[in-house]
Amino acid sequence: MIVEIGHFALILACLLSLIQSTFPLYGSLKGKGRLMAIAAPAAYGQFLFVTISFAALMYAFVVSDFSVANVARNSHTLKPMLYKISATWGNHEGSILFWTFILSLYGALVAFFGRKLPRTFYVKVLAIQALVGLGFYLFLLLTSNPFERIYPFPMEGNGLNPLLQDPGLAFHPPLLYMGYVGLSVTFSFAVGALIEGRVDAAWARWVRPWTLLAWCFLTAGITLGSWWAYYELGWGGWWFWDPVENASFMPWLVATGLLHSAIVVEKRDTLKAWTILLAIIAFSFSLLGTFIVRSGVLTSVHAFATDPERGVFILMFLFIVIGGSLLLFALRADKLQPGGLFAPISRESMLVINNLLLSVAALVVMFGTLYPLLRDALTGEKITVGPPFFNLAFGFLMIPLILVMGLGPSTSWKRADLMGLASRLKFVFAASLLMAIAVFYAAGGGEIMAGIWLAVGLWLLLSTLYEWAERVKLFKSGALARILRQPRASIGMSFGHLGLAIAVLGMAGTSYWGAEKQEIMSYGDKVSIGGYDVTFENTDGVIGPNYTAVRATFSASRDGGKPQILKPEARVYLTPPMPTTEAAILSRFTGDLFVVIGEANNRAYDQWAVRLYHKPLQVWLWGGVAVMVLGGLISLSDRRFRMGALKGAKK
Amino acid sequence: MSLNRFIPLAVFCVIAIALYVGLSLNPSNIPSELINDPTPEFSLPVVGGEEVSFSSIDLAAEDGVVIVNFFASWCAPCYVEHPFLMKLKERGYKIYGVAYKDKARDTNRFIAQQGNPYYKIAADEDGRVAIDWGVYGVPETYFIKNGIIRYKHASPILEMEFEDKIVPILEGVDE
Repeated sequence: MIVEIGHFALILACLLSLIQSTFPLYGSLKGKGRLMAIAAPAAYGQFLFVTISFAALMYAFVVSDFSVANVARNSHTLKPMLYKISATWGNHEGSILFWTFILSLYGALVAFFGRKLPRTFYVKVLAIQALVGLGFYLFLLLTSNPFERIYPFPMEGNGLNPLLQDPGLAFHPPLLYMGYVGLSVTFSFAVGALIEGRVDAAWARWVRPWTLLAWCFLTAGITLGSWWAYYELGWGGWWFWDPVENASFMPWLVATGLLHSAIVVEKRDTLKAWTILLAIIAFSFSLLGTFIVRSGVLTSVHAFATDPERGVFILMFLFIVIGGSLLLFALRADKLQPGGLFAPISRESMLVINNLLLSVAALVVMFGTLYPLLRDALTGEKITVGPPFFNLAFGFLMIPLILVMGLGPSTSWKRADLMGLASRLKFVFAASLLMAIAVFYAAGGGEIMAGIWLAVGLWLLLSTLYEWAERVKLFKSGALARILRQPRASIGMSFGHLGLAIAVLGMAGTSYWGAEKQEIMSYGDKVSIGGYDVTFENTDGVIGPNYTAVRATFSASRDGGKPQILKPEARVYLTPPMPTTEAAILSRFTGDLFVVIGEANNRAYDQWAVRLYHKPLQVWLWGGVAVMVLGGLISLSDRRFRMGALKGAKK
Repeated sequence: MSLNRFIPLAVFCVIAIALYVGLSLNPSNIPSELINDPTPEFSLPVVGGEEVSFSSIDLAAEDGVVIVNFFASWCAPCYVEHPFLMKLKERGYKIYGVAYKDKARDTNRFIAQQGNPYYKIAADEDGRVAIDWGVYGVPETYFIKNGIIRYKHASPILEMEFEDKIVPILEGVDE
């Protein structure tokens, strides 16, 4: 019964979105107040019904109701409760329902926090939001009904892919979806502004917090996925340029660009058409990402839902939403007159360079992701585009980007003095170069690219700190008061850039100075890697709730210090039967020691395949991203945005 | 109105068309480099034995259509395919079997249970020959006419596909 209520609530939400996307829009164009008044209550109603619907599905998973086809396919009674709950969004139908749930949540938030927006604009934003929702409701109800029953129903479910049974992955999709779908708000704002034909500083001030919020979630979500791949897949890598990773990375790159171009709109009233375009593209990439993952058009390790029929539906939907908004852009963007002019050397120019590099980077990633498909469609040839292409192309875009990042915040608006800028920053530049050379030699040399990345990371680190010190006049009296008085948006900026600098140093360390060993080991064997002496002590059998495992014990010590114990596991899950590895990681500030145990040798039972990795500065990567997200959150708490979001901007 | 503003739309349309075409592609349709070439050189022992029973010379000497089927007793889709292979044998096709990474005992049991559609069964226990042929999974079937590979099929052969796609290729005029 509860399941049917969920299904019924979903149908009601679908109908509400139909109403919300049509009547208020018509009303706002014709100036009919009563029709416009429908928008907000409809948005709340949609949220209520989708919440009921999602809760009903979650209930079915919690009580293991195997008469629901979706539950029978993806759950199992033996599964721990956390994974029963996370299984709700760990499958195709459930994840689309979850997408829709978050979309309606954002719709309700916009309806609430945007109350003070100009009436006709507010209504248009809500109508566009509902239009996007309508597509997803129809997709769910017509092609992927999560509430479908089966009869006769099985006594036990099929279980969930054991790789997905992990706390990191339980929270990775929700965060990622909060990010993906958050960009829908930016999209609705952009399309609303195109219909209204007006973009100004106030618009940018409304859009920025939503972009920032989505960006924070997206950053955290992508990184959580990367972290999961790092410790769960046990390959010692953290980024694989897999189509599905790229699908989440493209909107991130564009959202990062949008975040910066919106500043220019807000402060200088220019770059308007470009910013609108970025807002449309950012969400288009979100939708494209969903399409790529859900349609199976690109094969990847993530392909857990492949179905061409669904693919055609999503493609049609993409065509309407993206094609429609880009057509609207083509027809209406000329209405957006640029405001302030700026010189070639200015903060604006720096932000334009930032935008160009980020956009080209997004295009490069898109090209690399879709090229095999294009090639196959045109010539029938099968090829793959791998990490070497991405690392090369992407790396060469990121180095200039980071160099500009160091300059940008120290550059003044409108017109900056290049010589002055150079003379202020030359010591910072020299210092980062010297430090990079010193570290490079201390690490025993290596590839020249490693040194370049090190220098680039240090440059960003030092220039960000320098800019902050200059801004608060650190060495003059009253510095403490000035530090505390800084607007949160600029504190956020410093943290954001600092975080990236730390992450870049981490990437350089783990990518260029990492070590890897594959050994056949017996009890008592020793291996040394990354300055650690690792001893294989013994193995134990372990029985988990729905798996059995071999747990090995290793002890690792550095320079004869106190030995640390690592316990990697080789698990075999029962439902479905599948072996997985649980790596043991010893994380230290200077690097990670990573141990994976593989199969026992069939012929000699005391010999085990063991892989060991040393990943220098790996925690810097995760820590750096955490600092970036922190920066985003600090910036989000800025008073200006709260005022802007709550009260609307007073011009 | 400037035409530049239409560039994003145009780019999107190209991508959308490519995605549409991409959706209709069959992921199991993977071309072989060996089409229209003679078979790779190889020699394999008979299942459970040492003597060479099957080699590229056998295939080169064959006139007309011969089928080479890579299979394994541990491969579930092979069980699905098996009845159709039996049918092909009844229709007079000569099928060579290659047991891929399979133990002789298991292969023999598989044949004893399921019937033997093969003219000869060779054992490729370490999978080396399969690599030369470009086999990346089982079952995989090669259709050879007058010593030249004409068609490769990955995954179990369905009767409909055989009639519609493979027979016309095999009956086609020699180039």
